Amino acid sequence: MPKPGSRDGQAFRMSRRKMMKGVAAVLGALVLPEKDASASVWEAFFQKNFRELSRPELEKVIARLEKEYSGRFGKAVKVRATPPIEGVLYGYGLDLSRCIGCRRCAYGCIQENNQSRDPQIQWIQVLQLNKERGVDLEEAELYYNPAKVPEKGHFYMPVQCQQCERPPCVKVCPVQATWKERDGITVVDYNWCIGCRYCMAACPYGARHFNWKKAGLPAAEMNPETHYLGNRPRPVGVVEKCTFCIQRVRNTPGRYTACVEVCPVGARKFGNLLDPESEIRYVIENKRVFILKEDLNTRPKFYYFYAT
Amino acid sequence: MNMERARRAIVPAAAAAILCLAAAGVLAAHPQEAPAGTAGAASTHVPHGPQFAVPKPPFSPGIFPCSDCHKEIRPNPTRRELKDEHTDIVLNHAQGQRWCLDCHDTTNRDKLRLASGERIPHEESYRLCGQCHGDKYRDWKAGVHGKRSGMWNGEKQYLLCVHCHNPHDPAFKPLQPMPPPVRPENIK
Repeated sequence: MPKPGSRDGQAFRMSRRKMMKGVAAVLGALVLPEKDASASVWEAFFQKNFRELSRPELEKVIARLEKEYSGRFGKAVKVRATPPIEGVLYGYGLDLSRCIGCRRCAYGCIQENNQSRDPQIQWIQVLQLNKERGVDLEEAELYYNPAKVPEKGHFYMPVQCQQCERPPCVKVCPVQATWKERDGITVVDYNWCIGCRYCMAACPYGARHFNWKKAGLPAAEMNPETHYLGNRPRPVGVVEKCTFCIQRVRNTPGRYTACVEVCPVGARKFGNLLDPESEIRYVIENKRVFILKEDLNTRPKFYYFYAT
Repeated sequence: MNMERARRAIVPAAAAAILCLAAAGVLAAHPQEAPAGTAGAASTHVPHGPQFAVPKPPFSPGIFPCSDCHKEIRPNPTRRELKDEHTDIVLNHAQGQRWCLDCHDTTNRDKLRLASGERIPHEESYRLCGQCHGDKYRDWKAGVHGKRSGMWNGEKQYLLCVHCHNPHDPAFKPLQPMPPPVRPENIK
């Protein structure tokens, strides 16, 4: 038996092999998650793009997510992947002559769509504008805070995702983690997004928001009715945006979006652009309508109008 | 011969059926128009159920039915300022041109009164408002003036005009805004 630490060839080879085994074991223990979680992390890592998932694969993904979220929030969380309704193209109307800038839409949206409270993410930004200047975005004030609104001489313009027909955010995504669905809603696959934020730079409406940190979402306030492409909890490092409450509107019958329902002045209108009887068609056909930054040719399906 | 007679009978019957269907279609397309047209001619009450799903009118607590008190009181149709009762109501709605009994019925206080003389329940007060505010009424029926909730492709919940506008003082009152967003430099 050679003495410990002797430098003859045999002993050296043995100790090197042992050392490599030890290093591998330590690295493995560091890299691999705990035994229970490893399977789901493994699956999440190798999950395909949402649009390439077969039905059984999608069911597996959804079961995994529901289990994960239910455990995390301590209640039964439902994740749906309801497809678009045939013959529906969603359109949105916002009456600038009615909006009083009370911001109830912005907070109603947060509750419905499970945004992070801290750090704060808001999908709707309400701009205060000067009546004499009109829609002059350079003059817009986002942080107005008087005791009462509306303030004299001002009007208010909430801005959120305009669900463009030609969305620049989709065009720039290097991994196709965001796309426009057949019903006109631009969605994000949070499991495919790499967090490069090109889409945020491309969006002319500031409608996309990034999860810099783990979402601060109290379990009691978490809305358990979710959609894979919509309001399910988002991981760190992905981009999110308004989806016209995809978890609500893709049903028959489907509820109005949260912002429509919470608006105290009824300034917000929503419906099917392909249905001649819809409210949104009435707005487009009978009211003075404009779209934001029309010159960019993004062709929004979000119509600002003046009812009076 | 029998065949011929049968055919002669069928043709007018079919024509009548088609006409009926067409008429029904027109009525169904504009359910609110049909009775409104007849309302002017009929001073008596035309059976006229609510056509829009609306919640209960927002009465002040304990005030309705009005007849609880008014059945004891002889109606006084003289235009005047009320000094004894309802002093909390300050009319700020074309006050120089009208008073209580232009909208509230003189003899049946539980009803409202249209210019035509037709009495309508408070659940249909939008018809009363629509007499002057026809453009708003038109937009409201289409779901564009005022708030709708419920299903975008199913059952919709309307609100009465008076759920947002106090009929005696209809201007929409300013609200306290929700807090402004956190400035990016303050997001940690």
